[in-house]
Amino acid sequence: MRHVSLTVNGQRTELEVEPRQLLVYALREQLGLTGTNVGCDTSSCGACTVLLDGESVKSCTVLAVQADGCEVTTIEGLAANGELHPLQRAFQEAHALQCGYCTPGMIMAAASLLADNPSPTDDEIRHGLEGNLCRCTGYQNIVKAVHAAAGA
Amino acid sequence: MATVEKPATFVGTRQLRKEDPELITGAARFVDDISLPGMLWLGVVRSPFAHARIRSIDVSKALELDGVVAAYTGADLEFAAPLLMAWAINDQVKNPPHNPLTKDKARYAGDAVAVVVAESRALAKDGVVAVEVDWEPLPAVTGIREALADGAPILHDDFGTNDAGSWSIAGDSPVPTRGPSAPFFDDPDLVKIKEEYSLARLIPNAMEPRGVVVDPNVAMGEYTVYSATQIPHILRTALVISNGIPEAKLRVVAPDVGGGFGSKLEVYPEDAICLAVAQKLGRPIKWVEERSENYVATLHGREMLQQIELAATRDGDLKAVRVRLTVAMGAYLRLVTPGIPMLGAWLYHGCYDCEGYDLEYTNVFTNTTFTDAYRGAGRPEATYAIERAMDTLARELDIDPVELRRKNFIPTESFPNYTIASGLTVDSADYHGTLDKCLEVLDYDAVRAEQRTRRDRGDRKLLGVGFSTWIEMCGLAPSRVLSALNYAAGGWDAATIELMPTGTVRVLTGVSPHGQGSATVFAQVVADQLGVDYDDVEVLHGDTATTPFGMDTYGSRGVSVGGVALHAAGEKLIAKARTLAAHELECAEDDLEFAGGNFTVKGTDRSVGIKALAFSSWTAHNLPDGMEPGLQATHLYDPPNFSWPNGAHCCVVEVDQDTGSVDIVRYLAVDDCGVQLNPMLVEGQVHGGVAQGIAEALFEEAIYDDEGNLATGTMTNYLVPGPPELPSFEVHDTVTPSPTNPMGVKGIGEAGTIAAPPAVINAIVDALAHLGVRDVERPATPERVWRAIQEAKEGRS
Repeated sequence: MRHVSLTVNGQRTELEVEPRQLLVYALREQLGLTGTNVGCDTSSCGACTVLLDGESVKSCTVLAVQADGCEVTTIEGLAANGELHPLQRAFQEAHALQCGYCTPGMIMAAASLLADNPSPTDDEIRHGLEGNLCRCTGYQNIVKAVHAAAGA
Repeated sequence: MATVEKPATFVGTRQLRKEDPELITGAARFVDDISLPGMLWLGVVRSPFAHARIRSIDVSKALELDGVVAAYTGADLEFAAPLLMAWAINDQVKNPPHNPLTKDKARYAGDAVAVVVAESRALAKDGVVAVEVDWEPLPAVTGIREALADGAPILHDDFGTNDAGSWSIAGDSPVPTRGPSAPFFDDPDLVKIKEEYSLARLIPNAMEPRGVVVDPNVAMGEYTVYSATQIPHILRTALVISNGIPEAKLRVVAPDVGGGFGSKLEVYPEDAICLAVAQKLGRPIKWVEERSENYVATLHGREMLQQIELAATRDGDLKAVRVRLTVAMGAYLRLVTPGIPMLGAWLYHGCYDCEGYDLEYTNVFTNTTFTDAYRGAGRPEATYAIERAMDTLARELDIDPVELRRKNFIPTESFPNYTIASGLTVDSADYHGTLDKCLEVLDYDAVRAEQRTRRDRGDRKLLGVGFSTWIEMCGLAPSRVLSALNYAAGGWDAATIELMPTGTVRVLTGVSPHGQGSATVFAQVVADQLGVDYDDVEVLHGDTATTPFGMDTYGSRGVSVGGVALHAAGEKLIAKARTLAAHELECAEDDLEFAGGNFTVKGTDRSVGIKALAFSSWTAHNLPDGMEPGLQATHLYDPPNFSWPNGAHCCVVEVDQDTGSVDIVRYLAVDDCGVQLNPMLVEGQVHGGVAQGIAEALFEEAIYDDEGNLATGTMTNYLVPGPPELPSFEVHDTVTPSPTNPMGVKGIGEAGTIAAPPAVINAIVDALAHLGVRDVERPATPERVWRAIQEAKEGRS
């Protein structure tokens, strides 16, 4: 077992993990943060996207030990002081989710995208989110939601 | 974002979804989010071979591992019956027993042969790897044609053939066609075309993989099964049969479910296995599928060979349609596998009138993952064949494809309730109206002019335009019809509405949504009907312990069956409230009018609100003689007919002659799903359906290699489109209410998936037709398009 120190959603956390433990399962199964979902085993779908020191990563492709000393933000940590994040509001208002399974990862990826590019074009949004798959929406309303959040 | 003024009525408005708050904050609970005290993890040992006899299985090395609790083979886990197959299409159907763990041989790569139970997810996986199976590999067959050839490897030895049985309109349909097709194909004066299409095998790819958690109470013989399923009610009945547990002691819960598209309309080996292991060990059992496991263990769809012939007059009057299908079942028949082609069997003449109609299909076993319902199930296949063939006929006759469609549309004045050539009765439609709207938005003449200009200039990027004027039968389904089709269950659904003592409303539905937004639209319906606030209505679903027995969610039936049941329950509830109101206001029931949640004595200001009536019905202090306490109502609704949505889709593509790459320049959808309860959700369904349909046309194909390995075995090589691969869609509508139900609703869940593939392929062929290209097999990859161009140039097309 290895010792890992993380700051998750602003909270300092100490964990004992197997060396092979993936960050996503440390978050889900050891910290109970089940909002981050797992949709594939090849780093293709992006459902498990979280922010690691502010940058979006696929948490199924990061070992928990690699995140030692890092700050992690998950979907549960996005709303501040009881207020939804503009992306969360925009996803609901633009009907950018149906089953909602890809949504936490999609929102985290979009947060990272907007941090880098606060007013992206349609094309920049589509390419910026190319690592995140959604099977329900056809992406059009996701693009709309990201625009709305960018303007918020 | 501006706050939306509270609308006077909720139905027909773009009400934001009740489902969303937990989904956008990570608070939703999917199966993988469930952990129970004492829970063990289960892993499945699967065959690496497409076809192999099991000589022996040795689990001893797995059992030696720390943390591994148990391991079972097919010989160790007893089941009361094989997995339920509910659609024996006729007497000829060959239904092999499908044991949850195969005992004699594996029949596809991924077939489950043993399970390991351990203290954690990782340890279960370690245990699976440690199980040693002594295999005797056998020759495998994965192609439909090859499986029917003499000397082909036989999957199910007892049958001596891979032919799983045939079904025909002439021999098996409970309704007569207008006439046989043969006289028209024998008529020398008619023009005939004969087309052959090969539909690729598809993997549904709901974003949430499947998972099962079973919580046993062995002392009481009670079990709760949490499953990522579209069909908790049907699954419960199926598990009663396979696992021999009394139905009243089995509870099935579909918690938040991350998409289905038919892939969770299934009774899977893992459902029965987890339940059996929980029975055996008396501890909670959890299994969650990995994506690459999903690709082999969760159903596939579509794969079939189609042959469609049309006979028409020289001036384009369609006279007859004749269809022959050969359909891949995969290794076993699952819940409704052999009936999937039948769901399209009456639709191969589309929305066109004709005189003669015949269809026959033959089901075939292959050493591949079983197929079953994938979004649209049978109807995308039918629509593809007729819409592609109509374009070919148009070229053969040198008639514009739009004009050929118009010429043959069933006239608007034929409705309501017009019996089409294949024998079913279509509720309502205005095919001309939807196509007119599509052409108007498109500016068809301008697109054709641009196409000519590019050809004349010798542009390398050619323009093509393709149409798909689609229909479907959905709202599955009238129970009597299902009976006539040999389906084992009914097609009704149920709803209960309870007005609580404090005035909020609880809705319990027998349908089981998993992304559709049914809780939102059902709350809209009830809020309007009872005159209560949208926020005061809670909709519960997906739990056999709380909801009335229903037939779950698939086949665009949530609103058209479940919603209509709900509306009828609301009418019953209002009738009871009216009796109580008349009693309290001391008037005749006929003197009352009900609006905005209040019963008012006509012409007076004396009134009582429905919430006050709920409270007094609950105290029961002053009820009319003989009235039961409480204000609630249940209705079970069996639809008298299918519902028949339709539409006109148009795709404009740019095809690069040099590379074969295809860009969708515009995609227009004009759909008519009858009355829309929430246009925002209708649009969402169209977007997602069209996206899947475009993917079917351009990207997706499950490929097996010669030895039967799934070559497209992960998300890295099966091309689920991401955001850059899809265009924005232009979505429009027409509204032709269904006369079948009082709400006028039809259904929209499958529309886009049905409509889009032929629109896209028609557009590609249209772009290249002047070069001699007549068809491009789907998915129309750049390589296939490029080859089609080269072959046409060489005169071989």
